[in-house]
Amino acid sequence: MEVGRLPISASQRSKLIAAGYTTLSSFSSLSPSHLARDLKISDNEAAEIMRVASHSHRLDGSAGGCGTVNGAQTAWDMLHEEEMFPRITTSCEDLDNILGGGINCKEVTEIGGVPGIGKTQLGIQLAINVQIPVDYGGLGGKAIYIDTEGSFMVERALQIAEACIEDMSECGGLLRKDSQACQLKMHPNNILENIFYFRVCSYTEQIALINYLDKFISEHKDVKIVIVDSVTFHFRQDFDDMALRTRLLSGMALKLMKLAKDFSLAVVLLNQVTTKYIDGSFQLTLALGDSWSHSCTNRVILYWNGNERYAYIDKSPSLRSASAPYSVTSKGIRNSASNCKRIKMM
Amino acid sequence: MANKQISQMGLPKSIANVFAARNVFTAKDALSLTEFELMELLDVGLAQVTSAVAHISEIVCPPYQTALSLMELRVQNEHLAGHLPTHMKGLDEALCGGIPFGVLTELVGPAGIGKTQFCLKLSLLASLPANYGGLDGHVIYIDVESKFSSRRLIEIGVKSFPEIFHRKEMAQEMAGRIHVLRPASLSEFTESLQQIKVSLLQNQVKLLVIDSMAALVTGEFEHGAPRQKTLGWHVSFIKSLAEFSRIPVVVTNQVRSQSRDETCHYFFQVQSWNETIEDRTRHDSHLVAALGINWAHAVTIRLVLEAKSGQRFIKVAKSPIAPPLAFPFNITSSGILLLSDDGIELTGPDINTIHCQGHNDIINFGGESLQ
Repeated sequence: MEVGRLPISASQRSKLIAAGYTTLSSFSSLSPSHLARDLKISDNEAAEIMRVASHSHRLDGSAGGCGTVNGAQTAWDMLHEEEMFPRITTSCEDLDNILGGGINCKEVTEIGGVPGIGKTQLGIQLAINVQIPVDYGGLGGKAIYIDTEGSFMVERALQIAEACIEDMSECGGLLRKDSQACQLKMHPNNILENIFYFRVCSYTEQIALINYLDKFISEHKDVKIVIVDSVTFHFRQDFDDMALRTRLLSGMALKLMKLAKDFSLAVVLLNQVTTKYIDGSFQLTLALGDSWSHSCTNRVILYWNGNERYAYIDKSPSLRSASAPYSVTSKGIRNSASNCKRIKMM
Repeated sequence: MANKQISQMGLPKSIANVFAARNVFTAKDALSLTEFELMELLDVGLAQVTSAVAHISEIVCPPYQTALSLMELRVQNEHLAGHLPTHMKGLDEALCGGIPFGVLTELVGPAGIGKTQFCLKLSLLASLPANYGGLDGHVIYIDVESKFSSRRLIEIGVKSFPEIFHRKEMAQEMAGRIHVLRPASLSEFTESLQQIKVSLLQNQVKLLVIDSMAALVTGEFEHGAPRQKTLGWHVSFIKSLAEFSRIPVVVTNQVRSQSRDETCHYFFQVQSWNETIEDRTRHDSHLVAALGINWAHAVTIRLVLEAKSGQRFIKVAKSPIAPPLAFPFNITSSGILLLSDDGIELTGPDINTIHCQGHNDIINFGGESLQ
């Protein structure tokens, strides 16, 4: 392994190279005091460098002769894991169908659309649906709602929570779940209690919060969904340095993906739209640019088709492109009420 | 929060000094760099950088609340759980109490439709004492187009609340609570905003009205991108003002005609292109809200005022909680009067379109159309 790839400070690295140590193996067998003498640094510093070096070496796994790579997971194990985690329903059957059952945990899903199409509504619905108890086919988890625009309305969350409990009681009645353990004792206030609300006022706070989420979620292990509404807002105002914006956004996307994977939760990012000049005309497209469009695993676009709201799967590693109608009612996101309900395959 | 000094964050002295030595003073500077960039810049190892960034993030990060505590706080502390009633029954019901606190509410419509009348009525309502359904507070009215008429304000007051306004001292006190600002340019407006932030906390201001937002930029640029960029900072600032002080902010917007180039379709909707050409020729008088799509995303509630076949309507075009309803209304001597409290529910994107048909017949203040 090259010395240049070690996570040590620049001056330590240059001292190693100046003393002639270009690869790990060249100094890994030395004692710390020998290294300290050669580099003219303290014994402690040399010991630290060797510790970091051996740690990186272990991760690299190149010394091992067993054939499998450290840290990798086989596809078979991954398939089993996926089946263990139920998907988060959106309360709209057609939408769930094209999503393969709902929003997937361990993945980052981006949902974008014009103002007023229902992005925040879907976000609130998901924050409530993640709390559906395991007995009713849900995850029984908590939600983190990161609000960058101030569009989260508590009254609406209460409305949707009440409707969700009603639906569950009906469902429970139908399936005759009358054993004591399954009795639905949920109150809308319990649901509201399980939504952790953060209000972010600048992009610095947004980045700080996403850095902090690692610690927060380790303390609140039952969080199963993180919703950011919207991820765009602070990055659209007043950003002169576009290169910086792209770097920050990709850093953020990577951290969110890591969160999703490490804690097995779903990350939903809500995005806005902008117009782009393509092929001689202006077209609508999701904001934040082309590099961002690569960052998320799944992409869903919400749009108007005639008088109905539709959702379109724009990008997904395992789902095919399809669109499905949905509606926003006083109870939240539900199936569209039109008669000719059919899923259009693209 | 973003401008918090690193020196005040309680980092271990050695790393804090290194940050300062490399001109990284605020949290914003530190978090705008990736971890590897910081490693190179500060000349420290990855482990130290990671823990420093984690520490800074934890301090800068906003505190959390559960949705339940948010609701309880509002129900306890705020008037009608955070709403300013407009005294238009149908609209208040649709909006769950009235104009909500802490967010931007936009009024958009063609000229002369009644936006300023609505704003005058709201200013009055905010200044009324609590037992009359008001917020008992001061109002800051930013009047860009010089449309504020104090005579009309008093007329509305006298006709709607005769028991208060017939006493001269009361009328003087109510009118004395409304502070009118007249910025002549965007830069003056920016300055006033900064001052407003200070006085908001001191003077019991309960409502901010900006009439109109579009007029601030129309004079400065032709069209296109510059306008949206200029307003970016103002939009964030006004939104944060609204949130921290938990007051309603009402902004009016103008309309403009839809240009040929404009489309509202994604790449995967191209097959319906033929239909849209016909649509466009049919709706030549098609109007859209000014200030662009960025602005449309930034407002939380959008109320569209329009005229269709000679009747004025007020539509709830964008709202997190209200269904898309349209209410017919008239302008009377006591402000705006809804003709029906049960709105007409509109489906589809029609709720966003702005019509201006038969409008000129009804701007006739002296005539019989005023009931």
